[in-house]
Amino acid sequence: MSKPKLALYWAASCGGCEISVLEVNEAILDVADFFDIVFWPVGLDFKYHHVEAMADGEVLLCMFNGAIRNEEQQHIAKLLRRKCQVMVAHGACACWGGIPALGNVANREEIFDRAYFTAPSVDNAEKTLPQTSTRVAEGELKLPVFFDTVYALDQVVPVEYYMPGCPPVVDQTVAVVQTVMSGDLPPAGSVVGAGSKTVCEECPREKHDEKKVKRFRRLHLCDDLDPTKCLLEQGVVCAGPATRSGCGGKCVSVNMPCRGCYGPAAGVTDQGTKLIAALAAVIDSTDPDEVQQIVDTIDDPLGYAYRFGMSSSSLRRVRTHG
Amino acid sequence: MAQFEPRIVAFLCRWCSYTGADLAGTSRLKYPPNVLPIRVMCSGRVDPTFVVNAFRKGADGVLICGCHPGDCHYNEGNYNMMRRFPLVRKLLAQFGVEPERVRLEWVSASEGDRYAEVVAEFTDEIRKLGPLEWAPMMAPPPVQTAESVVTAK
Amino acid sequence: MDRVTIDPITRLEGHGKIEIFLNDDGSVANAYLQVPELRGFERFCEGRPVEELPRITPRICGVCPDAHHMASAKACDAVYHVDIPPAAKKLRELWYNAFYAGDHCTHFYILAGPDFVMGPTADPAERNILGVVGKVGLEIGKRVIRQRKEAHEVIEMLGGKPTHPVGAIPGGLSKAITEEQRQRLLQIGQGMVEFGQFSLGLFEDVVLKNEQYMDLVLSEAFTHRTYYLGLVDDNNRVNFYDGHVRVVDPDGREFASFTPPEYTDVIAEHVEPWSYLKFPFLKKVGWKGLVDGADSGVYRSAPLARLNAAEGMATPLAQEAYDKMYATFGAKPVHQTMAFHWARLIEMLYSGERVVELAQDPDITNPKVHQAPTATPDEGVGIVEAPRGLLIHHYKTDSNGIVQRANLIVGTTNNKAAICLSVKKAAEGFIKPGQEVSEGILNIVEMAFRAYDPCFGCATHALPGHMPLVVTIRDRRGEVIQEIRRDG
Ligand code: SF4
Ligand code: SF4
Ligand code: SF4
Ligand code: FES
Repeated sequence: MSKPKLALYWAASCGGCEISVLEVNEAILDVADFFDIVFWPVGLDFKYHHVEAMADGEVLLCMFNGAIRNEEQQHIAKLLRRKCQVMVAHGACACWGGIPALGNVANREEIFDRAYFTAPSVDNAEKTLPQTSTRVAEGELKLPVFFDTVYALDQVVPVEYYMPGCPPVVDQTVAVVQTVMSGDLPPAGSVVGAGSKTVCEECPREKHDEKKVKRFRRLHLCDDLDPTKCLLEQGVVCAGPATRSGCGGKCVSVNMPCRGCYGPAAGVTDQGTKLIAALAAVIDSTDPDEVQQIVDTIDDPLGYAYRFGMSSSSLRRVRTHG
Repeated sequence: MAQFEPRIVAFLCRWCSYTGADLAGTSRLKYPPNVLPIRVMCSGRVDPTFVVNAFRKGADGVLICGCHPGDCHYNEGNYNMMRRFPLVRKLLAQFGVEPERVRLEWVSASEGDRYAEVVAEFTDEIRKLGPLEWAPMMAPPPVQTAESVVTAK
Repeated sequence: MDRVTIDPITRLEGHGKIEIFLNDDGSVANAYLQVPELRGFERFCEGRPVEELPRITPRICGVCPDAHHMASAKACDAVYHVDIPPAAKKLRELWYNAFYAGDHCTHFYILAGPDFVMGPTADPAERNILGVVGKVGLEIGKRVIRQRKEAHEVIEMLGGKPTHPVGAIPGGLSKAITEEQRQRLLQIGQGMVEFGQFSLGLFEDVVLKNEQYMDLVLSEAFTHRTYYLGLVDDNNRVNFYDGHVRVVDPDGREFASFTPPEYTDVIAEHVEPWSYLKFPFLKKVGWKGLVDGADSGVYRSAPLARLNAAEGMATPLAQEAYDKMYATFGAKPVHQTMAFHWARLIEMLYSGERVVELAQDPDITNPKVHQAPTATPDEGVGIVEAPRGLLIHHYKTDSNGIVQRANLIVGTTNNKAAICLSVKKAAEGFIKPGQEVSEGILNIVEMAFRAYDPCFGCATHALPGHMPLVVTIRDRRGEVIQEIRRDG
């Protein structure tokens, strides 16, 4: 009997999710034993046409990482969706846009402007921009269309499971693949490979649920933080209260605030507005002017609220003109 | 061109503000019909998510009304809202939504006239700001034509 | 005109694709390395508090997040004009060298090694880590896994997360280490030194003593006379974490030397309409297109370039190995692309030695690992050597430390032009007029780019029988006239 087929793909991503798959060297061999890996372009094997030639639904599992930033990625997402039975959004980028989705603070024109015209090292007097089609002496070279907006995978194709993390903790990745191998699948739409509480609940720091913040502080500017106490209650923005558990509190355990890579906590639809509410809840004041002053010490609410999730935020992108 | 009629969503605390709005209605006070009132238990129940969702779904302005400080039936509710409010505005500003499109007001059950004034003023202000039209921001990716697909074989 | 498309090649800052065009007589007309992706980090770093960039920019690349994390933290230190405490500097450098030891090990054994150990013409099904293990012993396979695991252990200890670490912040580190941890670091470092020595020995046995490989290494098809650059310490010795950048010309003479803030005096980036990735070049020489030689601003970066640009290694065993390499080639700089692999192993040994040196420093357990900056932030450049090339982060902020402009020149980008050249030359050496293009081109062209950019080919190499690649050859109308496929 032929083995079930597994496909892995990366779109607008850093590759870290796949690296994390490789971190369990021995287990990956089990996976390779169980599955026939039919598509894994990181390893030189694109074979788009091989995938095209497959019957619809022929691939059991597709682990898709990365957001959708251009038409090639959209095209492959749709192709793989047709060919696979179970589509897993693998990692923060695929689930909600991840870091690449911070690109939604701008549009294509602004991004090109910075990269190709105004970067201090650029030498581009002719104002050359990458083109979707270029005639060179020898023939035509093509590039995929770059979108204005970055999309999460489920904004392009339906997705069965969401696997959070940037990248997901390795053991969880393996556990998810093993679950699919066992055939005992959770209901579609589930978040897999993560906990059901918040990062705060797995954070070793003491938290008192008190309002005591008179100003928010930036961690690198402080030398007096108490390493045993909740960072948020000391005025350092921490996404723990809005973020799903599962990482084991990795950042907070080296004295760094959570930035939310495990995505919205269970039952939370918008991680960013949830964080906004959590930040407001520690402000120690009932005077509107003072509250305003305290809020002014938070420099970049959007960057904290949607560090890993602009694409899936309620507003999805920043309004840009033109 | 027809005058732009703003669409405003108002979250009204049921104890004070909703009653105030009611009073404005029963007293036949004149105020613009642009407001869609939504009754909430307390202004403290207005999650920032409600506000962004209102904009996402087509609102041009969002009004939040609660009991005066000290009068909240749940003690802290309106203070909680008051702490969220500037943060929500700051977040919205980063999204390119003018902070003036959200407003927080304290309206008691007896202040029907005040409610009418607030609504009139706010409607006016939003009218000046113009439509927000968030729908295009939520558009799906461009549909590709066979021509536009560039992938290697 | 025919074309040969190889898509994708191994990952760069995104996807990559090689197009080789053939003349009507079947000879190679040109080769293009296209990078069809851009993510726009320069733009979306704007508006973020600068201390967040060490947590944002590593997502450029999950293969070398530590390099971005370090370059970014150093740029932040510069933005704030802060001198980090000595223990923090030592710990950052130790962490970074441990990362190198793991990364270079991965590249050599899992990606490039199979070509050498098994031979470039071996059955593809054997050209993978399992083949290597079969030939040199199971112990080695375990040792490779251990080296990777231990590198991650160091990164997690100091940075919090094995991929996308968070521990380096403006002014130092977020956490100090204990004496117990120091001892563990020392132990790990010692293992890395041993394995570095072993690996160089293996390289000598299987490559240097094998004429067939040496012919390949020395062949003109894998040779380019270019400029080289690399980060060096005050004594012009290789350093991955800190120092100034030295550039040598194709004859090995010092051509330029610059500190991080001066990078725009020396390096500029050219834009081509057919690639989203830019082409850095030496400003004073100029962009002359995809050509090598002293008149072309094309330079090379990464292991061999670093060794060529330096005058030696800062640790004794690595220095021995360094001398040996140059004595073997009888010239400096070494222009043979395949020597990148040798240089990488010398660096792997160096990184182990450096971990040991630093872990032996009693000051490294000093609890003072962070100095809160007090100066007004403005502008700063941070440079490190990423395993795949010089990495530059340049930030400009307002007086509150909010980023106004960010510029990034990323490791592999440095070698973009050189990779185009190498692929073309390798293809020229192989594709001859009038002859059908045979399967061998897959190996040869792959080997040419693999020397520069290890990243991801490793993935499938780790799996039995999976190293497939397809080359399509088309006629002028785009009709496929030949397809060569290796499904592994
Ligand atoms: S989720 Fe994180 S680790 Fe995974 S691809 Fe995206 S940026 Fe990389
Ligand atoms: S807010 Fe952050 S520091 Fe505080 S308990 Fe939650 S995760 Fe821990
Ligand atoms: S602490 Fe937060 S940011 Fe860090 S790994 Fe966990 S979920 Fe991600
Ligand atoms: S009950 Fe009216 S604001 Fe709380």
